Amino acid sequence: MNATRAEVAAAACSDLFRGAGAVLASTVGVVPTLGARLARLTHAHALLLSDGEATLYADTPAVDEPFREPEAPLPYAQLFELIARGRRHVVMGAAQLDRHGDQNLSAIGDRDRPTRQLLGARAAATNTANHATSYWVARHSPRVFVERVDVVTGVGPARARAEGADRFHDVRRIVTDLAVLDLTGPGGTVALHSVHPGVTVAQVVAATGFPLHVPAEVPETRQPTAEELRLLRERLDPRGLRDREVIAS
Amino acid sequence: MTDKQVSIEEAVATLESGMTIGIGGWGSRRKPMALVREILRRDLTDLTVVAFGGPDVGLLAAAGRIRRLVYGFVSLDSIPLDPLFTQARELGAIAVEEYDEGMFVAGLRAAGARLDFLPTRAGLGSDVLPANPRLRTVRSPYSDAEYVAMPALPLDVALVHVNRADPQGNAQYLGPDPYFDDLFAMAATRTIVSAEKVVPTSALLDEGSFHTLLFSRMYASAVVEAPQGAHFTTCAPDYERDEAFQKHYATSAKDPEAWAAFERTFLHTDEAGYHAAVARFHAERGDS
Repeated sequence: MNATRAEVAAAACSDLFRGAGAVLASTVGVVPTLGARLARLTHAHALLLSDGEATLYADTPAVDEPFREPEAPLPYAQLFELIARGRRHVVMGAAQLDRHGDQNLSAIGDRDRPTRQLLGARAAATNTANHATSYWVARHSPRVFVERVDVVTGVGPARARAEGADRFHDVRRIVTDLAVLDLTGPGGTVALHSVHPGVTVAQVVAATGFPLHVPAEVPETRQPTAEELRLLRERLDPRGLRDREVIAS
Repeated sequence: MTDKQVSIEEAVATLESGMTIGIGGWGSRRKPMALVREILRRDLTDLTVVAFGGPDVGLLAAAGRIRRLVYGFVSLDSIPLDPLFTQARELGAIAVEEYDEGMFVAGLRAAGARLDFLPTRAGLGSDVLPANPRLRTVRSPYSDAEYVAMPALPLDVALVHVNRADPQGNAQYLGPDPYFDDLFAMAATRTIVSAEKVVPTSALLDEGSFHTLLFSRMYASAVVEAPQGAHFTTCAPDYERDEAFQKHYATSAKDPEAWAAFERTFLHTDEAGYHAAVARFHAERGDS
């Protein structure tokens, strides 16, 4: 039962929700979505899941299958109330993430004439000011992990402290195809939390475009259990979408 | 009771260049596309557009109608980015006020309540603040907390599309989410409501519960019957997003020649011509 890199990352995403209780898990991407569903089926039974639109669901289907059992409505207007209340853990993507845990979803380059316009601010600032936020990066590279993001949409711990956005601020972890990172470096900077099986610390350092804080002891990210692998392979992702998102070298 | 039902041409004729126009819906969901297409047929320009953006923003930006865009994001949902909007931004063709979505909602609520601002945590520490120099923070009178003082986003006109409305402007949504159409209507001096079907008031509860009545006639100044008026965005349960057509839109938008052909086929025509061209598009693909 050798776990693939995507399966290791999915279990790491599941671990984001340890002890979460009855909060909404909002995920962007196949691997974090698998992680949230895995969490609900194994250790975080009270977790709430939605279709990302207007409905909370009681069932936990495969990632490419529709939900069938609505348990409550959640239109966007209510979602913003829920966020302000803090009952959510979001796993967002990022076009850029920097050493201080600041994230960019908006645009690359100059504000008035960006070289690449992306989504815009979305609700990244709302999320980071209000509740637990983690990030998922499917391809760990210096293009994503930059010294300084071009536009700060999601706020990291140092800026949150400096700007008074730290009361409910909780940027938990960054899960990638190579490693798990967190914000425990000096002054709340990005630190290496664990490396996935088969990945070296040097590999992660080389794939990171800023000086990554490496603690004296870097553990290996845990292997998924046999039960988790069974759930991933047979129930949650039988068609292997995870392996299209993570192209393990 | 005032009958506010007018033709789409009459409704849009009341708009003027330079106005601040709020567009309801969300991304590629229940957008008042028929009203947007009617704007494209006229020489309205210099608009400030306030929207959770989708193809409405893409089309108006590509046509050079937007002077300033107030937005939280622009997305086609099933396709992450709208190519027309990204091109306009990368050419520096439109000025933008980009807000975090939480701030955007607070701005609409403030306008609806006739407040200058509403306090919110959303945006603190992000680049939204330095990017919008007029933004200020406000200190709580009860603690040391500091909040973003999100300024009101008052609108001259709101455009919304709903599933049903009566001739007086009572508006009903039958799908999963009202989005923020009620806030847009409340934040605006005038609201144009387009609906899939205009029905008598007595028929409003035929298809949905009392809770689906989104806002009352007091917020509506004109009612337009526009079947397929949200096409190609979703207008569930009346119809889902026309994914094939949206893909055609997004693909065409990436190539000047293809875009010119798209405009000729679908936009240089009236509303009936548009829907006829869409039907031909599907017939040629062999869609049933």
